[in-house]
Amino acid sequence: MERPLRLVAANPLDRLARTLEALLVVASQPLSVAELAEATGDDAERVETALGLLSERFHEGRSGIVLEKVAGGWAFRASRDAAEACGRLFERPVERGLSAAALETLAVIAYLGPCSRPEIARLRGVAADSVVAGLVERGLIAEAGRDQLVCAVRYRVTPLFERVFGLENLSELPRLDDLGGEAEEIRDRLESLAEARPA
Amino acid sequence: MPARELELDLEAFEGPFDLLLALVLRDELDLAEVDVAGVVLAFLERLAERDELDLDACGEFLVLVAALLELKARALLAGEVADLEDLDPAEAAEELALRLAEYRRIKEAAAWLADRLEAEGGRFFRLGPAALAPAPHRRLEQQDPAALAAALRALAAEPPAVSLAHLELRFPPVERFLSRFRALLSRRSRFDFDSEVEGMTRLEQAVAFLALLELRKGGEIELSQASAFAPIRVQRNAAAKPERRETWNARSA
Repeated sequence: MERPLRLVAANPLDRLARTLEALLVVASQPLSVAELAEATGDDAERVETALGLLSERFHEGRSGIVLEKVAGGWAFRASRDAAEACGRLFERPVERGLSAAALETLAVIAYLGPCSRPEIARLRGVAADSVVAGLVERGLIAEAGRDQLVCAVRYRVTPLFERVFGLENLSELPRLDDLGGEAEEIRDRLESLAEARPA
Repeated sequence: MPARELELDLEAFEGPFDLLLALVLRDELDLAEVDVAGVVLAFLERLAERDELDLDACGEFLVLVAALLELKARALLAGEVADLEDLDPAEAAEELALRLAEYRRIKEAAAWLADRLEAEGGRFFRLGPAALAPAPHRRLEQQDPAALAAALRALAAEPPAVSLAHLELRFPPVERFLSRFRALLSRRSRFDFDSEVEGMTRLEQAVAFLALLELRKGGEIELSQASAFAPIRVQRNAAAKPERRETWNARSA
């Protein structure tokens, strides 16, 4: 059982892999390949190869710790098998109790950000001040400069947002056009009703 | 079938249509949460179940839903009325439709995020120092309100005043016994101390004994006792006796 580990230890890449492992276990946020390459003094290509090796080792169902590519970097998280036990000991204040208004505001900022509070209010039809403040406090959004025209503070989603939602980056969000399923369904039901109605 | 009796089963509301309207008009239900398309569909489905077309019901329904839509549109675009007044009606309608479509897409995106959050519910990762989960609430047994009231009543009652009676030592004056013994000795030459103080409290007996010692000290009496704990006999001293013997007598008492 210990043999594969011995073989790996003989591999020169394994030394790098072990260092990366150590860096990732200390980190409290995802580390990019560039950051890891700089810390290890190795080149990015070798770091990526070593990360590939590590992600095989720390794989869902194989280890209690899972290495994942998330929020533009690499990070360890607990395996899903351990989620229940984790939930008993640890709180998740970031995502707990997000309201529908908060999710809508988050969607506006994720898709259209950076954008300001007046822009969010214009889209949602209600003032967004308290919701935005709440999201900033949770660390899901952060200030990103000011609007050139009206000088309002603009907001963008944070890497923590990507991490909480398990996104490698924002391009993983589905395109808004793809989300029209509900309208389609309503139209279908209307049509079938029209057909059922005797002329 | 009157439109008002239409039974609805929406995400935000379940019940008859007229109750929904009442709640909306009383501001007890946020119109933004009400799916008007769902209301329309429910009505059409109900209509499809019956073969006849009730024109009165349809008319009533149209009026109600139109009012509902107008209220909802106003609520959604509260701050935008002024902008739209500058546009001609066709442009305004188009602008409204565009914004509603945009908002609809954002709502769908929010729904996607909510689903994603649900699906990714098992994600735990280090986030700075991990905050410890709050201790689970202890569940209490089913309690009887009467027992609680009784316990409170007992706590609220005025506590009894603390008695200091045992601390009060009232010493009767020694003079009282001095004069009493002197009066006694003027009548009789001798008496028995124990039978004289019988029935008195311990304190009075002690003070009486002090008076006895006082008399003895002044040489007015002589004291004698047959044996230890035997009754003390008191005898009037006719003449002054040598100090040494008295002392001896007193010690033997």
